[in-house]
Amino acid sequence: MKRITIFSGHYGSGKTNVAINYAVDLGKEGRKVSIADLDIVNPYFRTKDSEEMFEKNGIELISLPFANTSVDLPSMPSAAYGLFSRRDRNVIIDLGGDDRGAFALGRFRPMLLEENDYEMVFTVNFYRPLTTTVDEAIEVFNEIEYASKLKFTKIVNNSNLGRETKAEDVARTVALAKELAEKTNTEFWFTSVDESVYDELSGLLPEESLFKLKLQKKIF
Amino acid sequence: MADKVLMKGNEAIAEAAIKAGCRHYFGYPITPQTEIAAYMAKRMPKIGGVFLQAESEVSAINMVYGVAGTGMRVMTSSSSPGISLKQEGISYIAGADLPALIVNIQRGGPGLGGIQPSQSDYFQSTKGGGHGDYRLIVLTPDSVQEMADLTMLAFELSEKYRVPAMLLADGTMGQMMEPVEIREANYTPTEKDWTVTGTQMKRKHNVVNSLYLSPEELEKTNFERFERYKQIEENEARYESFMMEDAEYCVVAFGIASRVSKNAVIAAREMGIKVGMIRPITIWPFPVKPLAEAADKVKSFLSVELSMGQMIEDVKLATECKKPVYLCNRVGGMIPTPEQVLESIKKMAGGER
Repeated sequence: MKRITIFSGHYGSGKTNVAINYAVDLGKEGRKVSIADLDIVNPYFRTKDSEEMFEKNGIELISLPFANTSVDLPSMPSAAYGLFSRRDRNVIIDLGGDDRGAFALGRFRPMLLEENDYEMVFTVNFYRPLTTTVDEAIEVFNEIEYASKLKFTKIVNNSNLGRETKAEDVARTVALAKELAEKTNTEFWFTSVDESVYDELSGLLPEESLFKLKLQKKIF
Repeated sequence: MADKVLMKGNEAIAEAAIKAGCRHYFGYPITPQTEIAAYMAKRMPKIGGVFLQAESEVSAINMVYGVAGTGMRVMTSSSSPGISLKQEGISYIAGADLPALIVNIQRGGPGLGGIQPSQSDYFQSTKGGGHGDYRLIVLTPDSVQEMADLTMLAFELSEKYRVPAMLLADGTMGQMMEPVEIREANYTPTEKDWTVTGTQMKRKHNVVNSLYLSPEELEKTNFERFERYKQIEENEARYESFMMEDAEYCVVAFGIASRVSKNAVIAAREMGIKVGMIRPITIWPFPVKPLAEAADKVKSFLSVELSMGQMIEDVKLATECKKPVYLCNRVGGMIPTPEQVLESIKKMAGGER
């Protein structure tokens, strides 16, 4: 596996949720893990919301100086530079949505290319508006590549309908995600699915690569 | 694919507006409603519509005024401080009897306030806001589905009565994601006899204006407008009644406060307290009738708000103060918890304030 994994994708595709769960899994494997919240787009629903959980699991959280302070000021954490020099760690980067969010990666591009040990993951939820078809998803995919000047390497299918998600809703999106991977010359990685429907979906798709998600705390 | 998509409240407003035939959006970014503008920026160019980020909120609302004069469906959106900036334009639109949609995804105030949710623009939305005698039709959704449905309804009502409409929600409603089905609106623009779209030398020209220097004439336009407001009050008040059949106590709440309150009402019922809820879906026109009827049945009311107590005044007016009306509130971006509302219900049922 690569040292750095970057989760990008359409606004609201579930990047943060997948990134958090992936970081925790890596931590449980006994690796030294850092997760970096580089979302400069939305001041709500942040990686920092899971701060306590990271502490409990020994995961280092690098977040924006003003995250969760209600100061709506996009600024980069200086500690983010350390992600590229401390090469004994596995790094998860959680980007903001769309091309706007991917601009944040620009300054780190030379370091990423120099080390050349990263995966850039396009996270897609086919139930989100503006990515309901493969062609629409490709449009967002291209916009992000253009903004970040980096190529995607993998596709993660995070299709869901929130609390109304049923196993068959997810099952029917797997083919779309694979078509997306094929058309974009990337590798289909896995379908991430909430723990509440995980077992049913594994029954429907015994051969598929599935990744179990434990959702962040919901207030309402 | 299922018929539903997973949307943020803000996105649902934008997509519903497009489905309702809106092809003109003018705005200026402000948290927590920026997704509306972002969505419009992506979608409008693809469907031959106009997305324009104006240089300020004041410009945006005057662009809305311009398009509204042509009879085409048009909207703007902002959040509390930005809506304050738009007030002059809103008053002009009301004074020129034009339909338009203004969306306010409220945040805490006054002043710059904060970026967390609030309902403290109730007065501004229902009692004026701008200068002069005028009303807005104000709709208050309590789910992402209603964000979409009420956006469509707002366009319809606004056009029907030639009164600007406001969709009033808060930061939570704008940011929360829920599965939603955006229905087809089947909107076909109709010929209107008041629009300024060119006479082609075939008719007398129309004038869209709010300036009447003759006091007699200005008085007349005000009287006529208020005849229309009367019709709206009679026909368009909307509300949801929840567990009110045998209720001895009545919670009144709208938007995010009603979502919280519903849980509290259910919990109180489980404890044997006969409480129900009236949820205004329009806050102007305010659902006076169901509240007036409830005033003859229940022992007291509880107004649950994300403000220092603004809707409570309309509850008192509607019930003619026949029964005590108490307040349960949080402000500044804080949201009451179901536990807090339940405590207030218990106090009310126990007879103490």
